[in-house]
Amino acid sequence: MNMQAIKTEPATALAKPPVASVALSPKQPVSFERYAKMAKETAARVIPPLIVVLLLGVMWELLCRRTGSTLPPPSKVYRDTKELIFDPFFDNGGLDKGLFWHISASLQRVAFGYSLAAVVGIALGTLVGQSVWAMRGLDPIFQVLRTIPPLAWLPLALAAFRDGQPSAIFVIFITSIWPIIINTAVGIRNIPQDYRNVAAVVQLNPVEFFWKVMLPAAAPYIFTGLRIGIGLSWLAIIAAEMLIGGVGIGFFIWDAWNSSHMSEIILALFYVGIVGFVLDRLIAGLGKLVTHGTSVS
Amino acid sequence: MTPYLKLDHVDKVFTRGKVSSEVLKDINLNLGKGDYVSIIGHSGCGKSTMLNIIAGLTRATIGGVILEGREVNSPGPDRAVVFQNHSLLPWLTVYQNVRLGVDKVFAKTKSRAERDEWTMHNLNLVQMTHAKDKRPSEISGGMKQRVGIARALAMEPKVLLLDEPFGALDALTRAHLQDSVMALHQKLGNTIVMITHDVDEAVLLSDRIVMMTNGPSATIGEVLDVPLARPRQRLELASNPVYLDCRKRVLEFLYERHKFVEAA
Repeated sequence: MNMQAIKTEPATALAKPPVASVALSPKQPVSFERYAKMAKETAARVIPPLIVVLLLGVMWELLCRRTGSTLPPPSKVYRDTKELIFDPFFDNGGLDKGLFWHISASLQRVAFGYSLAAVVGIALGTLVGQSVWAMRGLDPIFQVLRTIPPLAWLPLALAAFRDGQPSAIFVIFITSIWPIIINTAVGIRNIPQDYRNVAAVVQLNPVEFFWKVMLPAAAPYIFTGLRIGIGLSWLAIIAAEMLIGGVGIGFFIWDAWNSSHMSEIILALFYVGIVGFVLDRLIAGLGKLVTHGTSVS
Repeated sequence: MTPYLKLDHVDKVFTRGKVSSEVLKDINLNLGKGDYVSIIGHSGCGKSTMLNIIAGLTRATIGGVILEGREVNSPGPDRAVVFQNHSLLPWLTVYQNVRLGVDKVFAKTKSRAERDEWTMHNLNLVQMTHAKDKRPSEISGGMKQRVGIARALAMEPKVLLLDEPFGALDALTRAHLQDSVMALHQKLGNTIVMITHDVDEAVLLSDRIVMMTNGPSATIGEVLDVPLARPRQRLELASNPVYLDCRKRVLEFLYERHKFVEAA
């Protein structure tokens, strides 16, 4: 997309002068202008961050190029990790795997823990939002539990499950569930009385009310919670994996540190950032799709 | 003759903590089948509370509502409501909004195809078939209210309750919709209770006008019969002496005998 935008710009710039002066066919100038406008808009969004990235890269290169610098410059990072970049799929057994396998292992843990948190979180949030007594009973407990840092749960989880895998999943679950519960509850509490009246007149039963009114009405809030939740779970998995070991991008970073492969750490951080960004966009996009037209008018 | 809908000595007291306020006191009202009754009064006189009690959304503190000889105290499709702010579900299309009620009310008595047909029939009654796949946010205020009316009508209610149905509309749209409601009443013969604060609207549409005294402890001050033949024509009525007399009597009630006391 970016490539296209950059390519089309000079073309339209060249084509513009004759169109403006002659304007014989009425159809062409419109499409040219539209392309030019689109290209301009895309360029306006893509070029500034590119320039900043380039500048930062140059700065980094200059700072780390000197002899005795503790961190590698980008050129060295590239040279060191070329193999990892171009062959993410190799698998030599044990922990010696391509980055794709590490990231996919981490994503699997997140998928398990996060899905569980989404289901349980929405259910609990609905309960707390709907029932005053459930709120009085549960809300103070949630408020205390949600302040516990994710990694503080890990020793307890390890003691309970006696295995790294379920413990990591539990940490994801316990980290991402709180914003989902709290946002769902707020969404349910904010359902307009009018919708409840409509449901009462039509005589929807509680199950129908949940699916046909509560979920769609609270969906914007629920997706806010889900989006915060996915961000937190990606934060937590990296830290948890550093401690539990095994295949996973978190332990890959820790392993690289132990063997003093700084370039690998930098590459892994880059990937972690990209994946986190994609996850966030994914949930945001899903939310947009599902809540299309839900906003009260 | 026993009345079709009867409000029997209805009192409503709202209690919050130790403070209780009596909103309605000793409301007695009888409606025959096919009657069009308007309830008019200054704001805060409890007319919406009264409608909610008939709808079953609020329970009377004392007394009750009897519909066709049976007491009703919970909401149901036999007393469908058209809400002031239309209350369409924004994530459903126009068609789905009407279909929601149809599916519940006729779940056992109509097949899928019949329910679809019935939904379209009711959208057609309010001339909204052209927008059936639009969402509420994509249609105008008047259209939303038409869909609200279709949704209520589609439940085949014994009593249709209109809660200031035209209050949020501009004057031209309002007149247009009033004519539509009159035509529907003429065609279907529904029993209708309408809340309004518009004197012209009340006289134009109703068989009887129930005038409420000011709250707290509001009650029915007077009931005025509107002996105008149907169908009624807005333009002809403008100079009709019976119409003008009815209008004058409602105005006298509202602005002389029961003048609104500011922030009482």
